[in-house]
Amino acid sequence: MTSTNQAVTRLDGPDKVTGRARYAVEYGANDVAYAWPVQATCARGRLDRAETDAALAVPGVLDVLTHENVLRLHADGEISPAHMGALPDLLLLQSKDLVFRGQLVAAVIAETPEAAREGAAAVVVVTEAEHARLELTVGDDEAIVPDITNDLSPGHVARGDADRDFADAPVRLDTTYSTAANFAMPMEPHAAMATWDGDRLTVHASDQGPPWTAMTLAGLLGLPPSNVEVVAEYVGGGFGSKAAPRPPIMLAVLAARLVGRPVKVALNRQQSTSLTTYRGPSRQRIRIGAGTDGRISSVIHETTGQTSRLTTYADQTVSATRLMYRAEHCRTTTNVLPLDVPTPAWVRAPGEAPGMFALESAMDELAVQLGMDPIELRVLNEPETDPESGLPFTSRNLVSCLRIGAERFGWSDRRPEPGATSDGRWRLGMGVAAATYPHYLFPSTATARVDSAHRYTVRIGAADIGTGARTALHQIAADALKVPMSDVRIELGRASHGSAPFAGGSMGTASWGAAIESACRELRRRISAGGGIPDEGLEAGAETLEVMTPSNFSRHAYGAHFAAVRVDRDTGEVQVDRMLGVFATGRIINPLTAKSQAVGAMIMGMGMALMEAAEPDTRFGGFVTQDLAGYHVPAHADVRDIDAMFLTEEDPNLGPIAGRGVGEIGIVGTAAAITNAIHNATGIRIKDLPVRAENLLLRVAVKAGER
Amino acid sequence: MNTDTRSMVRITVNGKVHEQQIDHRSTLLDLLRETLRLTGTKKGCDHGQCGACTVLVDGQRVLSCLKLVVTLDDASVVTIEGLDTDGVHPLQEAFVARDALQCGYCTPGQVCSAIGAMDEARRGWPSLVTPDLANAEVELSTLSREEIRERMSGNLCRCGAYPSIVDAIEDVARQDANGTV
Amino acid sequence: MKPLSYARPRTQAEAAALVRRSPDAVFIAGGTNLTDLMKLDVVTPDLLVDVQDLDLTELTHHEWGTVVGAGVTNAGLAGDIGIRRRYPLVSEAILAGASGQIRNAASIAGNLLQRTRCGYFQDVTKPCNKRSPGSGCPAIAGAHRELGVLGTSEHCVATHPSDMAVALAALDAVVRVRRATGSVSALTLDELYRLPGDRPDRDTTLEPGDLVTAVELPAPTGAPSRYRKVRDRTSFAFALVSVAAMLKVEDGVAVDVRLAYGGVAPRPWRARTAEAALLGERPTDSLITQALQAEFATARPLPDNAFKINLAASLTRAVVRDLAPAQKAGR
Repeated sequence: MTSTNQAVTRLDGPDKVTGRARYAVEYGANDVAYAWPVQATCARGRLDRAETDAALAVPGVLDVLTHENVLRLHADGEISPAHMGALPDLLLLQSKDLVFRGQLVAAVIAETPEAAREGAAAVVVVTEAEHARLELTVGDDEAIVPDITNDLSPGHVARGDADRDFADAPVRLDTTYSTAANFAMPMEPHAAMATWDGDRLTVHASDQGPPWTAMTLAGLLGLPPSNVEVVAEYVGGGFGSKAAPRPPIMLAVLAARLVGRPVKVALNRQQSTSLTTYRGPSRQRIRIGAGTDGRISSVIHETTGQTSRLTTYADQTVSATRLMYRAEHCRTTTNVLPLDVPTPAWVRAPGEAPGMFALESAMDELAVQLGMDPIELRVLNEPETDPESGLPFTSRNLVSCLRIGAERFGWSDRRPEPGATSDGRWRLGMGVAAATYPHYLFPSTATARVDSAHRYTVRIGAADIGTGARTALHQIAADALKVPMSDVRIELGRASHGSAPFAGGSMGTASWGAAIESACRELRRRISAGGGIPDEGLEAGAETLEVMTPSNFSRHAYGAHFAAVRVDRDTGEVQVDRMLGVFATGRIINPLTAKSQAVGAMIMGMGMALMEAAEPDTRFGGFVTQDLAGYHVPAHADVRDIDAMFLTEEDPNLGPIAGRGVGEIGIVGTAAAITNAIHNATGIRIKDLPVRAENLLLRVAVKAGER
Repeated sequence: MNTDTRSMVRITVNGKVHEQQIDHRSTLLDLLRETLRLTGTKKGCDHGQCGACTVLVDGQRVLSCLKLVVTLDDASVVTIEGLDTDGVHPLQEAFVARDALQCGYCTPGQVCSAIGAMDEARRGWPSLVTPDLANAEVELSTLSREEIRERMSGNLCRCGAYPSIVDAIEDVARQDANGTV
Repeated sequence: MKPLSYARPRTQAEAAALVRRSPDAVFIAGGTNLTDLMKLDVVTPDLLVDVQDLDLTELTHHEWGTVVGAGVTNAGLAGDIGIRRRYPLVSEAILAGASGQIRNAASIAGNLLQRTRCGYFQDVTKPCNKRSPGSGCPAIAGAHRELGVLGTSEHCVATHPSDMAVALAALDAVVRVRRATGSVSALTLDELYRLPGDRPDRDTTLEPGDLVTAVELPAPTGAPSRYRKVRDRTSFAFALVSVAAMLKVEDGVAVDVRLAYGGVAPRPWRARTAEAALLGERPTDSLITQALQAEFATARPLPDNAFKINLAASLTRAVVRDLAPAQKAGR
């Protein structure tokens, strides 16, 4: 019997449920000190000085990190290519330019957290504030079309002549959508403890990718890479926000350098809103041209997002639109407006999540306009090859996801006319949306070792941020070694284990698993070649070479989301009764943890749909929404019956692990399934996320209380 | 008037008595994590908005981030590390079996909260979704999933392990014929 | 947070004297809101006076009503079987607020005296007239979707966040206060809370050293009641609008009607104008709409919270529909 393809309980479950699992700032250290940030209160300007006398007089305060005493960083040092966008925010206190509210302007380091905090309040920051631009608008002269967006696709992509085709199309849909900024808000806020030993640095960090983070830190600090160890054995969630090192990590490093002691930095939620990135808001317009039979001939998808003054970051909001449906003509355009705001970056399915809300809502609108079933409309427009590249799909199975999901979910019970079904004060509705997420692979290294007692140890630099990677990789290793899991020990989360990509982009298990499989096979070969295991044991390493370059196939995961909602006739409150996600993601290593991950992503998608909104402060900068009381994420009571299933798929063209990753597709399209269900329940089309009770109330209630 | 900013506090944590000088600003959460090195109790928000820091104080679930240690003189605290002196609490086992966790950071708070919540149900305390408030009988062993969800709503889980957490609590609550959980 | 001293007096007189003597002293009970605000530097006391030894945990039921000590926990009050049977509205309201853990720690007095959750009030780096009088109110032109429409002023549009207090307002509860001078007062909620006007920094009429000792509920009226709360997520969120409603219908007309609203005003808003419009009448949808129109006639809605007026009316119609037919069925 193999270990993979089995529902194995989480390897680190016992450590997590007993509190033994240690996260970034939970390691003991002698003499540890605590740093507390001092942040800019203007959105744009110049730092004149930070007056530190009062802070230094606070009992327990050791020192104040300022632009004057900070270590000079090597801004041009060699860093991980994946961190180019994160780099400018890491150059803490290197410049006096203030470009967003909340930017670090100093930090107080003290013996206790209480003293650090008291000291931080005593620092007087003198700045010259300038007029700041804080509001995202569409069509602004300062907006640019970036050369590349986050997935490396260009800001402007066209096939055929979509604008002309749309103008002449018999059926036309022209519609706009918007999504709010979202915070990742992992349960463990960003945190790090840095310890210097001469010119060797160890950072215990809440980080999704220790090896790449170590490389970037070494480059910026001017150290040999081997001098920097980053440890992330347990990470309390990240959702993309910890996939690059963020300011808290660098603050711990610089503060520890200044005081010559280990320093812990643990951000609170308020600080996290400006120092750890967020999913930027989007303003989208979609135009679809189709025949009266529902065949789509043209799609135009335009989006406008915001970026900071530090870097031009643009989500790949419109990328999925280019391959979802058979449209001869397609144009996608990404606009990005630089503002005096914190830098947006990766949050779970960056781009795909907001973009597919728009596209899949538009498909539902088109279905209504045509009088077609939304599933049939999608099936009718199913392409045989990737419409963008012309390449064959390794596998697609979107139609199967839709069909099987419809069967399971009871789609045939849905009445297409809005508002036709009710239950007392509740109006009921069902909605569907499709999902897709690209398949990425990155080179990775791994080592496998065996001792003379036939105990195996497999090491990889990867982090398990809650995905279940530790367990899945354990299963893969055991199978590759052809031994039971109990004979194998897996060690994760250290940069010194060798280069490995971060936990993100739904590429972890496939990328890391390939390296582990390869190392384990090599170890087995050496064991048999040597006729046994010598006393000192044997070790084998592997470095995979697969890269993300286009192959002869279009490699993506697909899925279908179904939602059944109820909307209160009187108050506009929405409850999601049921959700089902059906996913075609290739081979599933561990059905138990994979399902947990998919369900979790669907719940985050529910949050995006119904409650998550990081409200920008358009007067002062930064966000008004700064904590978990204001930034609502789904709670237990919001989550009723949610199920996820995976199609049985064999996809030999994917690579050795043959799995396409399940971390993100669960949040792609989820919001549209919910808002499409709301339309079915009420006839009200939600175009702006999140849904607010008042957006539903105003249309169903009689007018009252007018002055 | 005493103008000291620190006081001697006697507090029992997981059965062990600690007597020490406490900065009046110190929260129970920081005492546990930074001084006593009991890092199983997590700091998720530090403002009472996430539940990750839930512990049992004198048998009741509370948020340790909002409790000043100085107000807890003579109190008895049980944390995730002290739930079961003999080994692992059945609820902890159920969490593993049901995969009721992902990143694990909210998990100790979920577990402590669930133990507190089950005890509240056992004592007949209602929730917002209890069908008949006037009825003193609330049976833990038949507590509905809706009841469990409402009672657990102070514990956020960003990974979205909610359905499995409810499964795990339900598994243990169902066995609660004699209050031995 | 600055260093601070701490006292745990044994008598109310001693406690009052401590707070009265020191301008920056505050009482602490459960600490759930105070600790939060201290960490935010919104409240910066130099002395905490702990009330846990002051014997404030009485909870007794009498023919004439019920006395709830100020130190009773929210959970203790909501769970008390006497409260559940006599004043289910109070249990419902408390259980609709916060979380199990917070309700276990928070006291009744603390619940009454908790501060607004306005985002500007909680961020000391931004202006706020309630926190820093004269600094301005950025909410009016900024983020105010959650904030108030009734009883607000050009200086402040904060709401009072309590659910419990809304039920207490509907029940005509009285707050017993031991004045710093030693005298005892009994205040209705409208007497306890003050509207912001040009002094939004003062939430209540209490003076330093005044100690809330108990809440008294008059004898139950037997009128069917309901607390309903609309919020952005199903649980563990503050109200956009909530209503505590009591309605007794005889021969089709309302003979006892009480309406109080949460989430719309700087205090729990007892809707006496609407009640007067409904009393003695058939509580039809159109009459409720008119009654609420009259109640909200003085509202100062802002662009993003004007919906609360519609929502309050719609919610009231829904609750009355729930309460009225139950009685036709022969209760």
